[in-house]
Amino acid sequence: MSQINTNASVAKILVAPSVILLALWMIVPLAMTIYFSTLNFNLMIPGGRDFIGFENFYWFLTDPSFITGIINTLVLVGAVLIITVGLGTLIAVLVDNPFPGRGLVRVLLISPFFIMPTVNALIWKNLLMHPVSGLFAWLFRQVGLEPIDWFTDLPMTSIVIIVSWQWLPFAILILMTALQSMDQEQLEAARMDGAGPISTFWHITLPHLARPLVVVIMIETIFLLSVFAEIFTTTSGGPGTQTTNLAYLIYTQALLQFDVGMASAGGLIAVVLANVVAVFLIRAVGKSLAEQ
Amino acid sequence: MQITKAPSVRLATLACAVSLSTAALAETVTIGTVNNGDMIRMQALSSAFEAAHPDIDLEWVILEENVLRQRLTTDIAANSGQFDVMTIGMYETPIWGENGWLEPMNNLPSSYDVNDIFPSVRGGLSYDDTLYALPFYAESSMTYYRKDLFAAAGLTMPAEPTWDQMREFAVALHDPSKEQYGICLRGKAGWGENMALVTTMVNAFGGSWFDMDWNAQLDSPAWHEAINFYVDILGNYGPPGASSNGFNENLALFNTGKCAMWIDATVAGSFVTDASQSQVADQVGFAAAPKQKTSKGSGWLWAWALAIPVSSDAKDAAREFVTWATSKEYSELVADEYGIAAIPPGTRASTYENQAYLDAAEFASMTLSQMQKANPNDQTLNPSPYTGVQFVAIPGFSGFGTVVGQQVSGALAGNTSVDQALRNANQVVNREMRRAGYQN
Repeated sequence: MSQINTNASVAKILVAPSVILLALWMIVPLAMTIYFSTLNFNLMIPGGRDFIGFENFYWFLTDPSFITGIINTLVLVGAVLIITVGLGTLIAVLVDNPFPGRGLVRVLLISPFFIMPTVNALIWKNLLMHPVSGLFAWLFRQVGLEPIDWFTDLPMTSIVIIVSWQWLPFAILILMTALQSMDQEQLEAARMDGAGPISTFWHITLPHLARPLVVVIMIETIFLLSVFAEIFTTTSGGPGTQTTNLAYLIYTQALLQFDVGMASAGGLIAVVLANVVAVFLIRAVGKSLAEQ
Repeated sequence: MQITKAPSVRLATLACAVSLSTAALAETVTIGTVNNGDMIRMQALSSAFEAAHPDIDLEWVILEENVLRQRLTTDIAANSGQFDVMTIGMYETPIWGENGWLEPMNNLPSSYDVNDIFPSVRGGLSYDDTLYALPFYAESSMTYYRKDLFAAAGLTMPAEPTWDQMREFAVALHDPSKEQYGICLRGKAGWGENMALVTTMVNAFGGSWFDMDWNAQLDSPAWHEAINFYVDILGNYGPPGASSNGFNENLALFNTGKCAMWIDATVAGSFVTDASQSQVADQVGFAAAPKQKTSKGSGWLWAWALAIPVSSDAKDAAREFVTWATSKEYSELVADEYGIAAIPPGTRASTYENQAYLDAAEFASMTLSQMQKANPNDQTLNPSPYTGVQFVAIPGFSGFGTVVGQQVSGALAGNTSVDQALRNANQVVNREMRRAGYQN
């Protein structure tokens, strides 16, 4: 007994440095952010730095761009989730059956995920969606149509397309892997009972994919809440505030308006929101796992 | 121990002494600057400076305007001393000078001839009558137009056009099927991008940012009239995607012959008339920036200047460089290497007294008259409490100017109505002024 106790306390001492380091790693930036969020701290205005309590939160929450920012964030996350999950399931099921060149197709399907977000955005902006020299404009002109000025007329749609292209492979990858573990005998039995491909998909494949789908949704949501590079490189949050999401709004406060106080307040609000979303998602995951 | 330690201590002292003496031999000056044509040229020519000053090493950080501003502002506000020379403009200099962030530029050598610099430029780079930065080039804005297109359509550009006339010309010359657009203007959001042009338009339409009690005036009839006009002329007779065009994009469009007219910085004069980069070099005409109700504040005033932050650890070397890069001697060097029309414009009276320069640079006389007209202290039809022609010289402006710029570009792209955009903008500006304690 005492031997175990000694071992446990030795283990605690040995683990302590890394635990303390990790705690500091997390707590120091958070504490700094909380501290800054209570100050009237603008880089352009020296001195000052008075304590103003929750005033920064008040100003951030009543900023005319704030509601737009929240709506844009939700629209972006929602639309990308629908596209990636919907298309991802479809493509994963389609490439699950053997066909010549399947390996190559799978590699091609997955490769967009390995392109850096900034590079991805630049390719779409300059090579594909450019209203004068882009590929889409050329295609439109070939069939006698007026090219679309994507980032002016359909800014949010353009961002959704770009981000979806980036995240579709992730959904495909996870769902494709999950399909490999399908029970083949069950499928065969269904076929022998005369089930068509649609009812097989609906009653056997989709329930089988429930858990991986929840994982895809959860992980994507966490990353999509903080999409920044694609917006920064293409529309800079505009025109107007059409594509300003929460992450971009905080960037505007911090580095375009140099308002450290308000940016910190915004950062904390974003943390709270992300946590709320995460709690709901984890609940949903837990529920779907319990049902299995 | 004692015996073995002594030599190592002596060695360390020696090493320190050696490194100190080499530090004294070559001082490193880190220069942060904008990627504009004239500054790139300065970097290319700085080998001449290094040859004359073997004890100074120059290190360059060349960035795009917005990124440079972020780097410089965070550096100077945090007092981190990364830069020894900073390229800043007329907006930052007085504010940073007041903050005590910049070295005053006094005791300049008599050969520098500081009184040769235009008083308006000196004034814009001073706080409390102390000069805090030396101007590298200065600019106002003017109208560039295509003489060949005007002649073909039987139109004549007056020396001082009004915005109404500009609209007539734009309608007549707009021909998208030939990729020829009536007018090119700045549309990209930002206080130094679209708001520079938009503010001069508002000035010309008789508006201002604030009344004498610092109440935002963005919801006033003058703003509505000006922004509606801007959205109409640029949206209908401008190039596609105008809401993402800034100075460089418009310069490229004009140089490739896609714009019949363009209103922007006078400094573009040497680029649009340079046959090596402009396809329309011999067809460019120049006129004043358009007036409307008034000509007050219709052309802006800006200077890019070199300043030394107090956090610099190589102030003397930095001062050597700054005085060299803004001197007459530097202008002569540019003239020798790139031709006299390429010398940095808008800063010195002597440049405009030089007949060789006036002969080589057709845009020079228009630049001069626009520079002389611009007055940062008397820029609006009705009195206003701020200085600055196309900006408001208070610390919060870079923040709310950018937000207003977003609203205006949103209205230009057709995502919001002009009414809605101006209501939002007015609310934001009043909010920020209340926060900053200008209003009760």
